[in-house]
Amino acid sequence: MTNMSNTLIEIRNVSRIYYDTNGKPTEVLQNTSLDIRRGEFISFIGASGCGKTTLLRLIAGLDQPQGGTLSIEGQRITEPTFERGYVFQQAALFPWKTVEENIAFGLKARKLYKANKSRVQEYINLVGLTGFERAYPHEISGGMVQRAAIARALINEPKVLLLDEPLGALDAFTRVDLQDTLRRIWQQTGITIALVTHDVDEAIYLSDRIAIMTARPGRISEIIDVNITGERDRNDDQFILIRKKALEKLHLAGEVFRDIRGLGEAI
Amino acid sequence: MSKNNQYWKPQSVAWFFAALGSLFTALVVGRYVPNVQPVNSDYYLATLGIVIFGLLALWVLSVFVKWNLRERLYHSSQLIFAIGILLTVWDLLSTKSGTLQLPFFPGPPQIIEVIVNERGTLLVSSLYSLRLFFVGLISGIALGIVTGVLIGWSRQWNYWLFPIIKLTGVIPSVAWIPIAIVIFPTSFVAGVFLITIASWFSIAFMVAQGILATPKAYYEVARTLGASNRYLLFHVAIPNTVPNIFTGIATATGLSFLTLVVSEMVGAKAGLGWYINWARAWAAYDKVYASIVIMGIAFSVILAVITLFKNYFLRWQRGIVK
Repeated sequence: MTNMSNTLIEIRNVSRIYYDTNGKPTEVLQNTSLDIRRGEFISFIGASGCGKTTLLRLIAGLDQPQGGTLSIEGQRITEPTFERGYVFQQAALFPWKTVEENIAFGLKARKLYKANKSRVQEYINLVGLTGFERAYPHEISGGMVQRAAIARALINEPKVLLLDEPLGALDAFTRVDLQDTLRRIWQQTGITIALVTHDVDEAIYLSDRIAIMTARPGRISEIIDVNITGERDRNDDQFILIRKKALEKLHLAGEVFRDIRGLGEAI
Repeated sequence: MSKNNQYWKPQSVAWFFAALGSLFTALVVGRYVPNVQPVNSDYYLATLGIVIFGLLALWVLSVFVKWNLRERLYHSSQLIFAIGILLTVWDLLSTKSGTLQLPFFPGPPQIIEVIVNERGTLLVSSLYSLRLFFVGLISGIALGIVTGVLIGWSRQWNYWLFPIIKLTGVIPSVAWIPIAIVIFPTSFVAGVFLITIASWFSIAFMVAQGILATPKAYYEVARTLGASNRYLLFHVAIPNTVPNIFTGIATATGLSFLTLVVSEMVGAKAGLGWYINWARAWAAYDKVYASIVIMGIAFSVILAVITLFKNYFLRWQRGIVK
């Protein structure tokens, strides 16, 4: 039974090619395979253009691969559903709805709102937005907007939460604050989380595993296990060691990229 | 501070009393300078008196209520001051000296007098016009929203309906007057038709644009939250288009005022447009001015009501848009 297995999402030999206006192809994702385990926190990190957002969109079902398959609990992923919550970097909330109404969106769309009204407040409290229920998105800070967006995805109790650089546009203090919130939510709910980021420390602080990606063609070049026991401290020896390793791998990925390009130009 | 941005004129009691003084000057001139033209100034003087008294009452009231009443009064003071001077000069040039000649340029006392004397006819005419206006505008809004949503949401409707909207939308609705009069049984129905098409196209156009311009990210996020296609339309696309709906309604309202008056002047047997035409035929220009004043007031009230609706529906924009 796939349901009992440790693997939640199977990504098998997936490739995705985009064509520009001249019909010139760019392989944003090449022959990529990965298993996402149930309950883990996995991060995708890499330079822009490495296909990390594309991969996340494929998992969500917002985009379709040209080759390969993606499945969740043995079921092919063909379209987006509430079971795979997605948090975008920008345009996250509906501006015409209050925080409360935004968070209730999923329940209302699925006609579960009337029976589960109290859940809205629960999730508002979970992300720390108590007292801002009636505020409109433009009245609250960027960090609070992302908190609301996370609560809005979580209220559906999805099997996986897909985070597409949700903290990318925030200042350093807000970002650290939200990282703590994310870690707490992950620990409290036991949900599987996949995060796209370009911040190495963020990835190490939050993840069980970090997938390092390279660009053109985009693929996963390395997976780093984050084996830090207990609380994570950004200045801890283990943390620094993993950061060094990750930066080396990222740097290496960049070198390979540069070499290939240089070769291409030479030919 | 936003309050000071909104009421930026000097918050001075001196300007307020200067405004009262200028209105009072108009009152004194109206009362004590002898009339050259045969006009009864009583109603005009009474109106001025009521306005002065009302402003004073509001000023006293502003001590007790919040709601920026005093700031508003002071902000308007310079404007009221100018109006007082304008009325005084106008009165002197017309009623008091005859420099502006009758019947074409009556003074303010005469216009007020006509409004009071003709109040019955003006009221009935206004009600006729308002009925025609609202039936026409509301059906135009309803049709405009429905067709706009269809065009914006569905490729088929877009293909068949959008060219029609684009083509007929550029034709001023008053061009249909000769046809409308022949086709429809009564001038009322013809008027409704004209106002409807005047408002329909501008609203449909704006709504279609709004639906088409809904950010893809909103649809995507809604789909990952479990929204069906139908839910996307009613809870993402249409709410996102509400600002456009109101832009369309604003345009449509202006066009409807125009169409209303023109169609009443041409075909109708009632309404303010008809009244203007009828007064002109009798060379009763004071009545023409009177109905213009009434129109100004009535149309301003209508716009204010629409603004109230708009502010309510777009309350989420407060602070984003200036």
